[in-house]
Amino acid sequence: MPKNFDLIKLIDNVEIMGEKMEKKVEQTYEIIEVCLLAGKIMLQSGAETYRVEDTMVRIAAAFGLGKTHSYVTPTVIIFSAEGMEPTKTKLMRISERSTDLKKIAMVNSISRSISSGEINLKEAMEQLNEMNSMDVSFPFMIQVAAAALASGCFMIMFSGGWNDFVPAVISGGMGYLSFVYFHRFVSVKFFSEFLASFVIGLLAFLFVKIGVGQQLDKIIIGSVMPLVPGLLVTNAIRDLMAGHLVAGLSKGAEAFLTAFAIGAGIAVVVSFA
Amino acid sequence: MDLLAQLMTSFIATGAFGILFNAPKETLIKCGLIGMGGWLIYYVLAAYSDNAVLATLAATIFIAVLSQQLAKFYKTPVIIFSVAGIIPLVPGGLAYDAMRNFVENDYNTAIALAAKVFMLAGTIAFGLVFSEVINQIIRKITDFKREKLNS
Repeated sequence: MPKNFDLIKLIDNVEIMGEKMEKKVEQTYEIIEVCLLAGKIMLQSGAETYRVEDTMVRIAAAFGLGKTHSYVTPTVIIFSAEGMEPTKTKLMRISERSTDLKKIAMVNSISRSISSGEINLKEAMEQLNEMNSMDVSFPFMIQVAAAALASGCFMIMFSGGWNDFVPAVISGGMGYLSFVYFHRFVSVKFFSEFLASFVIGLLAFLFVKIGVGQQLDKIIIGSVMPLVPGLLVTNAIRDLMAGHLVAGLSKGAEAFLTAFAIGAGIAVVVSFA
Repeated sequence: MDLLAQLMTSFIATGAFGILFNAPKETLIKCGLIGMGGWLIYYVLAAYSDNAVLATLAATIFIAVLSQQLAKFYKTPVIIFSVAGIIPLVPGGLAYDAMRNFVENDYNTAIALAAKVFMLAGTIAFGLVFSEVINQIIRKITDFKREKLNS
């Protein structure tokens, strides 16, 4: 029965083709996975929107995915890849963001070595996964000391007097410390910023009251500098200028909320003083 | 003497912000130096011209151009060098002042201060974008020349 025989052959061929296709589809998914992981780490570390999009498209191109689209906002990454098979799209939700320049630099160097073909897909995935779970930040006490020192120095830079230096250092350090600790208990960033600036205001007020500090305003302005969303404001306007309208507006909203929290925390102290 | 104190404190403050932003250890000193240079330009210009916008623009362009050159040299993202240097220029103190006036119900002063904050933040962003565009134009011109030489 030649007819039946042909049919069996045909079915076999189709099955082989299907397997091949499945493998390719799986690989596309893996490539998208690597791109998304890289993008997620960068976005969580505070990289610019255009850099995140650019890095993901570059990594995909290095692995042979030419037609890709990425859409990045501060809270979500959408990445889609066109090809021979049906278009594949994945979405990743970002909930926690901070500033971690070291991780941005590390992802950048991984993306560089992918582009030059030094590491393959599997190695890239391993390296990114390892980095995602790694904590590369400075020891906590050094961060607090840096915040305290920066507060004192900013107080001088905003033309304060040297005899307010120590009060600014103490209230700035305590403010940052309480911000981090409150943030561990309360996941609402707005509230921990409010409490931290309340602590700063209270300490500065007490210093002036007992006569250690002189200018209340200068001490407060210097001490809130580690909390102030200066970077966010600048990044928001920059994103708007570069055409990332949604990202720019949402970063601006976040910056406004933070500034409002800080202002409100200080205002509670000032209005009762 | 005053200038010396400003230089010292701006160096320490930007370096400390590098630690808060978790910059790689070996870049901390460079971050501090960039911030110091930017603040020096801002401080001198703001004192002599009494125009904070102009001073901020000049300081931002200085920081951005220097960061781009350093980033190219060390093959790292520009943001690592520019972020900490920009921080002293950011009108954080003004933003705080505006917010404080808002919550104290002095809306007229608050709106005026907020407009100033917006102008200064816009100036910083403009300076960053401006120097990036200049950098791109220079790169395109050199690429174009190279192509012409090769053909």
